[in-house]
Amino acid sequence: MTFFFDGHKKPSIQEILESGTFLVTGEVGPPKGTSLDEMVHHIDLMKDIVHAMNITDNQSSVMRYPSLATALVIKEHGGEPNLQITCRDRNRLAIEADLLFAYSRGVRSVLCLTGDSIPAGDHKDAKGVFDLESVQLLQLMKTMEEGKDLGGNELNEPISFYKGAIVTPEANPIGPQMLKFKKKCEAGAQFFQTQAVYDMDNFKRFMENARKIDDKVKICAGLVLLTGPGAIKYMNANVPGIFVPDNLAQEMADAPKEERLATGIRILARQLRMCIDEKLCDGVHIMAIGKEDVVPDILKEADVDITKL
Amino acid sequence: MIITTSKPFEEVLKELEGAKSVFLIGCSSCAATCETGGEPQVAEMKAKLEAEGKTVTGAGVYEEVCHELNTKRKFRENKEAVDAADGFLVMCCGAGCQSVREATEKPVHPACNTMFLGNIARLGNFNEKCSLCGDCVLEEFGAICPVTRCHKGILNGPCGGTDDGKCETDREKDCAWTLIYNQLEKEGRLDLYEKIHTVKNWQVSMKPGRVVFQKEGE
Repeated sequence: MTFFFDGHKKPSIQEILESGTFLVTGEVGPPKGTSLDEMVHHIDLMKDIVHAMNITDNQSSVMRYPSLATALVIKEHGGEPNLQITCRDRNRLAIEADLLFAYSRGVRSVLCLTGDSIPAGDHKDAKGVFDLESVQLLQLMKTMEEGKDLGGNELNEPISFYKGAIVTPEANPIGPQMLKFKKKCEAGAQFFQTQAVYDMDNFKRFMENARKIDDKVKICAGLVLLTGPGAIKYMNANVPGIFVPDNLAQEMADAPKEERLATGIRILARQLRMCIDEKLCDGVHIMAIGKEDVVPDILKEADVDITKL
Repeated sequence: MIITTSKPFEEVLKELEGAKSVFLIGCSSCAATCETGGEPQVAEMKAKLEAEGKTVTGAGVYEEVCHELNTKRKFRENKEAVDAADGFLVMCCGAGCQSVREATEKPVHPACNTMFLGNIARLGNFNEKCSLCGDCVLEEFGAICPVTRCHKGILNGPCGGTDDGKCETDREKDCAWTLIYNQLEKEGRLDLYEKIHTVKNWQVSMKPGRVVFQKEGE
C-alpha cells in the first residue's frame, strides 16, 4: 500500500496514547463553502501545538465542507487529522467507501459517532440515514481490519484505523450511557473523547466507573471553551449531556464583558492542568468552537507544551 | 390502526379541479376512528363540495376499503353513481386509496395523509410504536421498539441527544432507551441491554412488501 502522503512526521494518536504520553487534541470545524482560508489559518495555528485535530462531520447536522477532505487539508499542511465519521448522512456502502479512501490517503484514526439528529441542523426536511450507529460503525471498522466489507466480500487489502468513540459523562440518566460505553469498548473502541465536561468532580466519578468497565481503553476529557454567561445558560437549558456547574457560571458572570473570553480561557486551562497534574485521564480534547484562534492562549495559560509531555 | 389526517380542504379542491362530479369513499375502520373518513366526515365533505359547485354522485363508507375485492363489489353495487362520477375522492389511508385505484380507471384523489401504524392512547391521541420493519426485535428490548420509538431508530443504546428520559428532538417524547433500560431493569434482564446488535437487515422490509400464503404441497 502506497500512501498518497508519504513522509508525514507527526506521530499518530495511537503512538502517543500507547506510549503513555498525555494526548492533546484540537478541533477544526469546516466552513460552509469552499473558501478555506480561515480554516487553514486555524490548522496552521494548531498543527504544531496539539498532537492532532479532530474534524467535525457536518457538525450539528449543518452541511459543510467534508470532514474527509479537511483531513487531507490538515495532512497537506503538516498536521495530524482525527477523522470524525457520523452515520447520519451515509449508509454502510458510503461509509465503507469513505474509509477506504481515508486509509489510502494516510488517515490513521477515526472517531465514530452516530451523528446529531436532522432537526438540529439546517436541512430540517432531509432524511436521516442511520443505517448504522456508533457501535456498529466500530464493528464495521473491525470487519474491514479482517479484510472484509459488511456484505461479506473480500477487500483486496485489509484496512486499519485507531478506533475512537465518544461518551457523555454528564448523561442523564448515566446507567444506559455506561452500558453503551461498555458496548463500544467491546465493539473495538481503543480511545474515547468525551462530551464536554465542566464538573470535574463528576468527571472523576465517571472515570472511576469507566475504569471499572475497561481499565485499558484510553479516555480523553472533552474541554469546551466557555465564552460568556449567555452561552452557559443556553447550554445548561438546551444541550443534552452538558452541565456547567454554578461555581463556573458565577466565575463567568463576575467577569467584566471584555474579560469573558479570557475567563473562559483561564477556566479551560485550569481544567486541562488538573487533568494532567491529577492524572485524571489519558488526554484532553479541546473544543474552542469558533474561537480556534485562542487555542495557543489556552495552552500557554495552562503551561502545556506537547513536546514536553 | 392506520393513522390518517385530513388534507386541507383547499388542497382537496385543487385535486378536484378537473372533476365536475365526484364519488366519495370513507372507511368505517381506521379512518372513522381517526375522524378523517367516517360517516360525519364524509357527510361534511359532501356538503362542502356541493357548496363549491361540485356534483356528488354518491358516497359510501365501506368497511376496510383496503380490501380490494370488497371495494370492487361495492362499486358494482353502486354502478350508476360510480359511472356518473368524473373521479373518486378517497377519505382514508393510502392503501384504501390504491384499493379504489384497482376498482376504476378514472382519476382517484386522496383526501388524507397517511401517517403511521398507530396505537390509540385514547380517542384522538395516537402514537407510533411499530414501524413494520419486517424483523421484529421486541424480544430483545423489553417489548419497546427502538427502531420506531428512538428518533434515530438505532439498536445499541441512547445517542447523545437523550436528556432526562426525553428525546432532544421533542421534549414531549420519551427517549426509547430510557424506557427500555427501566423496563429491562424491572425484569432483571439488563444483560439484554448489553448485547451488541449487529447491523440491521433492511432487505426483509424492501418495498413493496408482499406476503402470500403457501399452501401445503405447493
